Amino acid sequence: MSHIARHPELAAQFVSDGARTEWHDQALWFVRKKRDQMAHALPEWELLREKASQIKHHTMSHLDQYLLQFETKAIERGAQIHWARNAEEHNTIVLGILQEHHVTRLVKSKSMLTEECHLNPFLERHGIEVVDTDLGERIVQLKGEPPSHIVLPAIHLKKEEVGVVFHQHLGTDQGASDPNYLTEAARKHLREKFMAAQAGLSGVNFAVAETGGVVVCTNEGNADLGTSLPPLHIACMGIEKLVPRLEDLGLFLRLLARSATGQPITSYTSHFHGPRPGGELHIVLVDNGRSDLLGDPSHRRSLHCIRCGACINTCPVYRRSGGYSYHATIPGPIGSTLGPSRNMQDYYDLPYACSLCGSCTDICPVQINLDEQLLGWRHRIVAHRLLPWRKRLLMKLLSWTFRNTWMYVLAGKVARWTVPWMPRFLIYNPLNAWGKGREIPRMPKHSFREMYRKRIRK
Amino acid sequence: MDSREVILRSVRQNLPPKVECPALDQGHWICYEDRVKQFTDVLEAVGGTCSIVHSMDELNDQLHQLPAYCAAKKICSCVPGVGESNVPLETIQDPHDLEDVDFAILPGQFGVAENGAVWITDAEIKYRILCFIPQHIALVVRAKCDLADAIVDHMHEAYHRLEITDSSFGLFMSGPSKTADIEQSLVIGAHGPRSLTVFLLEMPN
Repeated sequence: MSHIARHPELAAQFVSDGARTEWHDQALWFVRKKRDQMAHALPEWELLREKASQIKHHTMSHLDQYLLQFETKAIERGAQIHWARNAEEHNTIVLGILQEHHVTRLVKSKSMLTEECHLNPFLERHGIEVVDTDLGERIVQLKGEPPSHIVLPAIHLKKEEVGVVFHQHLGTDQGASDPNYLTEAARKHLREKFMAAQAGLSGVNFAVAETGGVVVCTNEGNADLGTSLPPLHIACMGIEKLVPRLEDLGLFLRLLARSATGQPITSYTSHFHGPRPGGELHIVLVDNGRSDLLGDPSHRRSLHCIRCGACINTCPVYRRSGGYSYHATIPGPIGSTLGPSRNMQDYYDLPYACSLCGSCTDICPVQINLDEQLLGWRHRIVAHRLLPWRKRLLMKLLSWTFRNTWMYVLAGKVARWTVPWMPRFLIYNPLNAWGKGREIPRMPKHSFREMYRKRIRK
Repeated sequence: MDSREVILRSVRQNLPPKVECPALDQGHWICYEDRVKQFTDVLEAVGGTCSIVHSMDELNDQLHQLPAYCAAKKICSCVPGVGESNVPLETIQDPHDLEDVDFAILPGQFGVAENGAVWITDAEIKYRILCFIPQHIALVVRAKCDLADAIVDHMHEAYHRLEITDSSFGLFMSGPSKTADIEQSLVIGAHGPRSLTVFLLEMPN
């Protein structure tokens, strides 16, 4: 079996540059603070979260009905509906639609679902040019990397690095790094791509069962430029994106941009009800493990996620280890619970990339119990014996020690006697993962138990 | 069995216990003392500008004071009587032909105080690309009696007010196109419009 680099290993690479780690941490904390300002400006914020959570609970408990209602209404509006069980089927459907329309140039706006399905490389293998049009996504696409954050795909890059990428691919001046200049260059480049594209593909932020419409939110207007010029619009969505009623959008849109970037709303919130005159709108409904997750009582609430990224911005582990340390499509707390539900073996390390501080749960606009879910995964991962033997052995030893008073007392005594005299290499060795980058506390002369006993005797 | 059936069957097998749908009662939500001021302030905070006018003449005067409008070569107005339109939409066959529009004037239906957004539909705008491809955009939101009638407090009210039956495309537009994807530096004018001016026109019929 090939070696999968795990979170601790990947995070160690990231934190090896201290100044950069600090910079990354601050960049995300800045976004988190903007979110706080917005949330605090609305007295009803907690009520909004509460209602949003209830609507999601309700939707999930009637998901079959809402999917059917959405399908009926969308078809009435002139859209064409496709159903995909998994990533392969999704990719095949999209390719089929494109080939039927002789499309060789496709523009895309942000869609984490297509990242999850690895659509881009699939289409490229079939001779289709795919251009990501969100600026951050275009930057990482040109660099040959996946997004490192679901809302801020290039948050890990410094402007000088973006300058290098643009110099290579877009011919900007060497050494230029002014964000205004670079964005202007991207504007020119991408508007050419928009004009040349024969089809536009977008993700979906919300789909409304009552009306059969889909809603897409962007700040750049890239989803709209991409889908309003060519006659063919393909919208790809996970089956969990549904809301029952049009009025529910009011609630979710109030929460989404405020939680994501601290904006009152995105610049453009587009509602697509059927194709434009003379065009075609294809909506691909994708399961890819979602219906199975629906049946897992302790983790099904992760399907409520509206992909705002707030849990990622607030997570002390993400901020200091970067998106790539999660080796998953979606990083951060939400990714760490979605990962193992997809494949526990591949992602068993992610629920441990967490200090259980609970900030993600406090901030989540739809009240997903993220910290509880991550703890729940740890229980299952242990039960499935997926942890490395060293960690399992250590836990067994600790558990046995804590359960046997005499052993606990003895271990404490031995440690207090020996540790102060031990050479460093005996204490700080590969067996002691805790001691990496941390000092063992100074050993006290007496234990609490000894001091207490002494005091009673007096 | 086709994929549709497989997915629906799997969803049904895994459905959680039924939960009621909550009502979204009005009255819980924020109300602004001065909706017009709130709208104007938020719009400015998101990079747009708002101008209050009381007649078509005043509106046209204000328009001519915008440097972007004065410099524009190709102007497309979808609001009768506003601006000097030189892109006759009847002659346009393909939205790609609107690529070089410098300035578009579009009708907005109402504004939202909490976020500075204006609701627009393609019922009045033949090509939806006109909301995105022009270099600059002006929206005209008209109030029949009181300006405050053209602005709702929040998104809940907005969804009660808007109609989606007669259009395939509807849009909340809040400020110009922008991005902060390079080191969190805000840049106005990503791929879409570089500026947005909203005219609130208070004019009885």
